[in-house]
Amino acid sequence: MSMRTLSRKIVNVVMLTLTGVCAVFTVSVLFLILGYLVYNGGKSLSWEFFTRLPAPVGESGGGMANAIVGSAKLLFLAALLGVPVGLLGGLYLAEFGGRTVPFVVRYMADLLNGVPSIVIGILAYAVIVLRARHFSTWAGGVALGFMMIPIVLRSTEEFLRAVPRSMREGAMALGASKWRMIVSVVPPLHAALSPPCCWPWPASPERRPLCFSRRSATASGVPAGRNQPRHCRS
Amino acid sequence: MAAAHTTVDSESSSWARVWLRRLCTGDEVARLVTLTFALSVVLLTTLLVFQLWMQSAEARQEFGWSFLFSRVWDPVAGEFGALPFVYGTLVISVIGLLIAVPLGFGAAIFLSELAPRRISDALTFLIDLLAAVPSVIYGLLGIFIVVPLMRTLIQPALKSAFGFIPLFQGPAYGIGFLTAGVVLAVMIVPYIISVSREVLLAVPGDQREAALALGATRWEATWKAVVPYARTGLLGSVFLALARALGETMAVTMVIGNNPNISASLFAPGYSIAAVLANEFSEATGDLYLSALMALALVLFLVTFILNGLARILIVLTAHRGSGTAHA
Repeated sequence: MSMRTLSRKIVNVVMLTLTGVCAVFTVSVLFLILGYLVYNGGKSLSWEFFTRLPAPVGESGGGMANAIVGSAKLLFLAALLGVPVGLLGGLYLAEFGGRTVPFVVRYMADLLNGVPSIVIGILAYAVIVLRARHFSTWAGGVALGFMMIPIVLRSTEEFLRAVPRSMREGAMALGASKWRMIVSVVPPLHAALSPPCCWPWPASPERRPLCFSRRSATASGVPAGRNQPRHCRS
Repeated sequence: MAAAHTTVDSESSSWARVWLRRLCTGDEVARLVTLTFALSVVLLTTLLVFQLWMQSAEARQEFGWSFLFSRVWDPVAGEFGALPFVYGTLVISVIGLLIAVPLGFGAAIFLSELAPRRISDALTFLIDLLAAVPSVIYGLLGIFIVVPLMRTLIQPALKSAFGFIPLFQGPAYGIGFLTAGVVLAVMIVPYIISVSREVLLAVPGDQREAALALGATRWEATWKAVVPYARTGLLGSVFLALARALGETMAVTMVIGNNPNISASLFAPGYSIAAVLANEFSEATGDLYLSALMALALVLFLVTFILNGLARILIVLTAHRGSGTAHA
């Protein structure tokens, strides 16, 4: 075996081992995080944690009921805004698109996807909180909805593109108009069933814009109105 | 002339008739409705730029371009400069990428080229799960695990090994640029691994087999045939990670130290744009203060805007024939 072959073999083994080390290292760090959370968080989980309000500072006990209710309301409001707009926009891109408009829309959606969530939060602040002169669940929901629109739009488009062409052609051949074809054939197959389960969650960890729109209220408790500042642990 | 007129008339009227028919069957209605919703994205972007521009007017008039280059951030005296925040954002993003990119690429190569498919899929599923963990949790872990580790172990070790470089001088607080960069690296690694693996798996098998048939070792086949083929997608994963790093807020706020200064030392506490927005926005008193923060948000938006454009240009430039792309 010549020196050159030997050195190539050594490089091969060394580099492949290195990639293995990278994989083991990153994966184990990620698993440590998961384990740490489950181990330390699991101890304090109880029924009270979900159903009680936070205890005053200095007292033990209490729970996160207000934050959980708040998160659910926010997600509902955000989905109310983000899902219809994103879904119909995605429908346009996948079914009707020409050349210029879809390009612009796609560019803008990708841009919005990349914009830090805190900037979107500031938009909601400027548009709603400054006008209304107080923080509210509405503002938080709208901020989250703004962030959901490009996500839902792009994923709807991807899902619709996965619908086989023959399905569309079959519907058209049976005499359906285009919208009829879209309504009855395209979404039921892919888009309408699978993504709604996935849509809310890409947005749900995004709590950052909410820091602005929903000022952390010091008063603990579940406020009655949707216009009250709400506390959301993020 | 008259003949031409009638042709135009009949053409336009037939076009109108077709349009009317399409309206009646509902096609045109559906198109217009969905078009409206699609355009709402454009409207949203315009609104974002417009609002940031209008709201930051006061600060822009007061400071002009010097806002970008001033090192002073003193809300009490009404002096605002963006430089420490821009510097902090860039430094932590660079540290994060320097750590995450080699590790992520290495892991992605292992998962796509060497690991059995089933193990690779299972690990990737878990890695994707970690990409969805809210960033505050990474921040908490940073405070409880990374910061003490940095203070007691890593920073003293770096200091004694590379103390002659200004980067590794100064007291080891634990919090600071380096810690924020490390936490960022942990946060963006799942993105890099998941996207790069996808891209590498999309490379056709012929590419590997041809290299192996020519006598290349496994590593040479990967490095010289597979990776160049997938470079566009790999680049895409780096840009995705960078965009994520620039805008990362909560985790960075919790470990960067929140001190607007520019220091050569990586151990020193600093500040980033997103962190200052998160910390000071709801406490901002006075219009100028608020306006300065809006200007910072505008800077952050412009950075992501430029990055987005740059990524597209690079992808167009590198994506000539024989290069694979993948949907990220």
